[in-house]
Amino acid sequence: MERYYQPEIECASQEQIRAWQSERLVKQVQNVWENVPMYRKRMEEKGLTPADIQSVDDLRKLPFIDKDDLRDQYPYGLLARPLKDCVRIQSTSGTTGRRVVAFYTQHDLDLWEDCCARAIVAAGGTNEDVCHVCYGYGLFTGGPGLNGGSHKVGCLTLPMSSGNTERQIQFMTDLGSTILCCTPSYAAYLAESILERGVRDQIKLKAGIFGAEAWTEEMRHDIEEKLGIKAYDIYGLTEISGPGVSFECSEQTGMHVNEDHFIAEIINPKTGEVLPEGEKGELVFTSITKEAFPLIRYRTRDICVLSRKKCSCGRTHVKMSKPLGRSDDMLIVKGVNVFPSQIETVLMNQGYAANYQIIVDRVNNSDTIEVQVEMTPEMFSDSLGAVAKKEKELVSGLKAMLGIYANVKLVNPKSIARSEGKAVRVVDKRNLYK
Amino acid sequence: MTVKQISVFLENKPNKLAEFTACLSGQGIDLRAISVAEASDFGIVRIIVDDVYNAVTVLRDANYICSVTEVLAVEIRDEAGALARIIGVLGENGINVEYMYAITTGKKNMAYMIIRVNDNAKAHDAFEKHGIRTVCHSELLK
Ligand SMILES: [Zn+2]
Repeated sequence: MERYYQPEIECASQEQIRAWQSERLVKQVQNVWENVPMYRKRMEEKGLTPADIQSVDDLRKLPFIDKDDLRDQYPYGLLARPLKDCVRIQSTSGTTGRRVVAFYTQHDLDLWEDCCARAIVAAGGTNEDVCHVCYGYGLFTGGPGLNGGSHKVGCLTLPMSSGNTERQIQFMTDLGSTILCCTPSYAAYLAESILERGVRDQIKLKAGIFGAEAWTEEMRHDIEEKLGIKAYDIYGLTEISGPGVSFECSEQTGMHVNEDHFIAEIINPKTGEVLPEGEKGELVFTSITKEAFPLIRYRTRDICVLSRKKCSCGRTHVKMSKPLGRSDDMLIVKGVNVFPSQIETVLMNQGYAANYQIIVDRVNNSDTIEVQVEMTPEMFSDSLGAVAKKEKELVSGLKAMLGIYANVKLVNPKSIARSEGKAVRVVDKRNLYK
Repeated sequence: MTVKQISVFLENKPNKLAEFTACLSGQGIDLRAISVAEASDFGIVRIIVDDVYNAVTVLRDANYICSVTEVLAVEIRDEAGALARIIGVLGENGINVEYMYAITTGKKNMAYMIIRVNDNAKAHDAFEKHGIRTVCHSELLK
């Protein structure tokens, strides 16, 4: 039996969801018009006033904002409420330049925790569960978000934070943790450590909620098998609230976006045009219930697909795929969008190492794409035919994934240029943007 | 009775073969035999050396991808029909030949054929029945 945290919302009709979205969007636009100078200026530049936004259908009239805007407006520029109404900040783990700081009112925290609670219940959580949270606590949203959601569900919450694997396993066995919340890579590491110590039969885990980084289906199966659990994906970003913007249900075929709080759109990253359901493009979010730090049409740079196919779990909110790549990395070859992550997926599926380089060129006014892959001992054989066959399989695999022909070139190990230890993934010789 | 052959992955670029042989000779490794098979964008070099372990270590250190395969070395007289007879024996016994190449011996009017088949034991027995001699690694190096 599927259980829900807020069934009347999570299983509402599509019409009801749209009605909520329209009503909240109209209010939110009025709110930012009155309280955030940057939004007002951007709308005025497009000749818009709040009166132009009457429903969700008008959303596409509004301008986008992106991470650069957030950095420019640091720290208080996008605040829509007086500071005295704010009770918390969280921040991104940005590696370069200024950080992004997001503000929350008590109401904002409350709704965010509801979103996380929905994810925990979708993973089978009840007030009988012991929820082991080893996302980082602090400025990072992972720990605080799941911690709050876990409280709402009524789980016994273990605020472990990250690191100290020895202690993690000890608490897990002594206190009988049943739900594990952490990054997928840490879950994989914990699984290894548990098997190494031979304490697999002493853990009671039944589910894991893993997010904050990209992971593959293979990784999911590996973790599920090693820990004997069901592993659920969760997605979020600090700018929008944190984890719980969307989450996976029992079907494990995509993450339901909490559409009563966030409107998701997919756009063509080059033109900004809104794409129809099912097409791959950049994910854009509008937070319609946020009080302190509302974002209108925020470009996430994540490449996704949305689906409104009926879900077997009973939830009606739109599902998003795992991010398939970053729009910053997107290449257009022969008019087709190509993401390095797609190529990487094919390589991994066929047993190659992720040491590759994509070379795009233009010969006689026609685009060419070549994938250079480092040979591995596992893929090698003394038979020319056997190696050539594998190479052909790779060509067909790439064709199936990308929709265009990519030339494959097998190269020696360690021959792909690395700068500061990091491989250069794409060499575009066309100079299209110069 | 088989011999150990080292197969090495080579990119199909100018100088790659020269670099490869220089890498081995630089470490004092003599090639008893070498054969190159090429596809459009890569090649496989097959070599026979005296100290297989040492050669593989040297190659791996130099970032070459290689594998060691057991192959048959068959004594063949330098006379008409000798090669046809060997291939005939394999065919009659339903043994597939993946590839083959010849190397010289110290003996007069004699050569060795290095043969990669899908079933070494079966090929060995078939040769023995027809009086065709296979040699071991140490004999090959004499
Ligand atoms: Zn579902």
